[in-house]
Amino acid sequence: MTDTQNEMAAIVAEQAERLFAGAVSRERLEAADGGPFDTQLWTEVQQMGLPLALLAETEGGIGLALGQAFGLARRAAAHALQLPLGETMIVAALTSTPAEAPATLALAKDDGALPSVAWGGDAAQVLVADAQGWQLVDAADVSTSERRNLAGEPRCDLTRVAEQGRSVAVPDWLSADTDSPVEALRAVGALLRSVQISGALGRAVELAVRHATERQQFGRPLSKFQAIQHMLAVATEESAAVWAVSDAAAEGWGRPGFVLRAAMAKSRAGLATGRVAAIVHQIHAAMGFTREHELHFTTRRLFSWREEFGSDALWDEWIGRRVCAAGGAALWPQLVASTTAHATGEDAA
Amino acid sequence: MQQFEFTGAVLPPAAEAARGSIRAFLAEEVAAARFQPHRCTWSSFDSGFSQRLGAAGFIGITWPEEYGGQSASSLTRFVITEEILAAGSPCGAHWIADRQSGPQILRHGSERAKREILPRIARGECYFGIGMSEPGAGSDLAAVRTRAEKVEGGWSISGQKIWTTNAHHVHYMIVLARTGERGESRHEGLTQFVVDMQTPGIEVRGIRDMAGNHEFNEVFFDNCFVPDDMVLGAEGDGWALVTGELAFERSGPDRFLSDYQLLVGLIDAVGPAPDRLQAVEIGRMVAELASLRRMSTSIAGMLGRGEQPVVPAAIVKDLGTGFEQALPEVARRLVDCEPSLGAEGPFAEALAETVLRAPSFSLRGGTREILRSMIARGIGLR
Repeated sequence: MTDTQNEMAAIVAEQAERLFAGAVSRERLEAADGGPFDTQLWTEVQQMGLPLALLAETEGGIGLALGQAFGLARRAAAHALQLPLGETMIVAALTSTPAEAPATLALAKDDGALPSVAWGGDAAQVLVADAQGWQLVDAADVSTSERRNLAGEPRCDLTRVAEQGRSVAVPDWLSADTDSPVEALRAVGALLRSVQISGALGRAVELAVRHATERQQFGRPLSKFQAIQHMLAVATEESAAVWAVSDAAAEGWGRPGFVLRAAMAKSRAGLATGRVAAIVHQIHAAMGFTREHELHFTTRRLFSWREEFGSDALWDEWIGRRVCAAGGAALWPQLVASTTAHATGEDAA
Repeated sequence: MQQFEFTGAVLPPAAEAARGSIRAFLAEEVAAARFQPHRCTWSSFDSGFSQRLGAAGFIGITWPEEYGGQSASSLTRFVITEEILAAGSPCGAHWIADRQSGPQILRHGSERAKREILPRIARGECYFGIGMSEPGAGSDLAAVRTRAEKVEGGWSISGQKIWTTNAHHVHYMIVLARTGERGESRHEGLTQFVVDMQTPGIEVRGIRDMAGNHEFNEVFFDNCFVPDDMVLGAEGDGWALVTGELAFERSGPDRFLSDYQLLVGLIDAVGPAPDRLQAVEIGRMVAELASLRRMSTSIAGMLGRGEQPVVPAAIVKDLGTGFEQALPEVARRLVDCEPSLGAEGPFAEALAETVLRAPSFSLRGGTREILRSMIARGIGLR
C-alpha cells in the first residue's frame, strides 16, 4: 500500500462511519425490520462507492487493501446496517465487475434449491454456486419466496426460472482448497459473516460497558461490582479473539489456504457469539430484552449470522475431519501457516 | 468498537529462517530420543537440553552481542519459543531466565550483573527462580514482608518466599523485598534483588505438587547478603519493576501451548476417520487455538515495537489458560482412556499429566481473577 492509498482508505472509512452513524437510525432499522428495502440508504452507500471497495482499481473498483475493505463490512455490522453491502462488495470482486446494484450469494442444495438467500428479493444479481460451478444470475431469472431471519432481514428461497446466467470461474486460490464450488462460496460467505460478527460483538460489548457505567443499583454503578467487571472482561476477550481470527481470514482472501482460515474464523465467531450474547443480555437485564432498547438490533443479527454460510458446528466438523485425516504432527505447521499475517502490499487478490 | 485490537504481525524473513533452524534442532533431539514430548512442559527441568539449546544459539537471542545475545527481534524469539513449546520439549531449566529474569537484568541490572550473568543464561548454563509470592502475599503481591536492610556494601535479606519453581536447581532468584514504608499506594518501598543461591543464609525446602512432582519450593532467607550491584533499578522501584517482569511472564505462547502435545496425542488417538462428535470437538479446539496464536503473534509485534501490551497480554493469558484447561476435558470425552501415570501408553500418560497440572494453568503468573480485573481496568470500569 502506498501512502496515497492508505490516505484514501482512511477517508473512505471515515466517510462510511459518518454515514452509518447518521443514517442507520433506530427509526430506519425498525422500518427495515420485516419491512421494505431501504433504497434511499443504498443510494447513499452506492454514491460513496462502498460496494466497489474490494474490487481492484484496474477493474473499475476502489481496490482497498483486504483489511480495509473487510473493515468496512465490520463497521457496517457494528451499526447493524440493514443492507447487503458485504455481499455486493464480494460479488463485484469475484465477478471482476464494477456493478453497484445490490447483489448477493446463493448456495444450491443438491436438488438445486436456493434456500435462505440474503436479500434474495432485492438483489439485482445473484452469484449462485452449485455442484457444476458458479453462475451470475439476473433477478429476472429467479422467482422469490420471501422469509426473514431472526433479525428481520430478508432471507429468500429462490428458484431459477430460466437457464440463463453468466458463468463465473471459481478462482484458483479457492479451487486449490476445495473441489466443491458450493463449499468455496460457503467459505467466502463464512468470512463475511465472521467479519460482521466481529463488528457486532464489539458493538454489543460497547453497549454493555456503557450500560454498566450508567445504571446504578445498591447506590453505585453496576461497573463497580467485581462480578460485572469480570463478565465484561470475558466479553472483551471473546470479542478480541474474533477480531483477530477474522482479520487472519480476511488476509487469506486471494491465496490458497483461505478456506481453512475462513472456517476457523466462523467457528470461533460462533462460539464467541453465544458467550458474549449471554453476558451482554445479563448485564442489560430486562431492559435489553425489549424492543425499546437498541441491543436487540445487534444480538438478533448475531444469532442469525452465526448460522449462515455454515454454523460453527459445520465448520468445526470440517476442520476436525481435515485435521484428523492429516494426523497430529501435521497440525502445528498448518496452524502456523493459517494464522501468520501476510505483509501489507502483498495482497494477492 | 473493540478497545483492544490485535493487529497482525508480519514475521520477518529472519524469524522464518529461525523456524527452520529450531525445527531441525528439535527433530534431532526427538530422533535421538532425548526427551518424551508427551511428558514434558515448560517447567520440566533438563539442564542437558538447555545447554544444547544454548550452544545452538536459541537462548537470549534478543539481547545485545556484548551480553551473549544476537540482537535478534522479538518476533524471531517468538518463533523459537512457540516451536520449543509445540514440540513438547523439556525447556524448564532455562525458561524463566530467558523469558523474564534475563530481560529484567538487561533493562535494570548493573553492568557487572549483565556481564557476569547474561552470557551464561544465553549459553543455557544459568537458571533462575522467581521470588515474588510469600505465604501472606499471593495475588496481593504488595503484601510481601521479606525485608532487605542496608548494610555495608550491600543489603541483608530476611524472610520467606514460596511457590518458587525449581528453586532447588537454579543459580539465582530475583527477590522482591521490602526496603521502606508501603506508603498510601501500598506500592512504595519495594526493591528487586538478584540473589545468588550459593550465598550463606538461604534454605530451600521442596513442596510436592498434587501430581507428586517436586517443582515448587519454599525459600527461606536469614540475613542473606546481596551486594549493591545486584540491586535491580533504584531502591524503591520494585513495584514498577515487578509489574514489568510480569508483563514478560504473561505475554508469551507458553500461556496456551502448555499441553499442546495432548492435542497432538488426541488427534492421533482418534485417528484419521473421526466420528462427528470427535471432529466437531477437535475442530473447535483448533479454531480456538488459531485465534490464540494469532493474538499471541500480535503481542510479539507490539513488544518488538517497544510497546507494553499489559492488557492485551492479560487477555491472551486468560483466554489461553482457559483453552489449556478445556483441552483435557475435551480429550477425555472423545477417547475412552483412563488417565494413568503408569505404563499405559503415551496418551494415557499425557492425559494424566495434563489433568493433574491443569489447575495450575490459571494460577501461575497471575490468577484468572487478577487478569480479569486488569482487563476491567483497561476498559474503564475501575
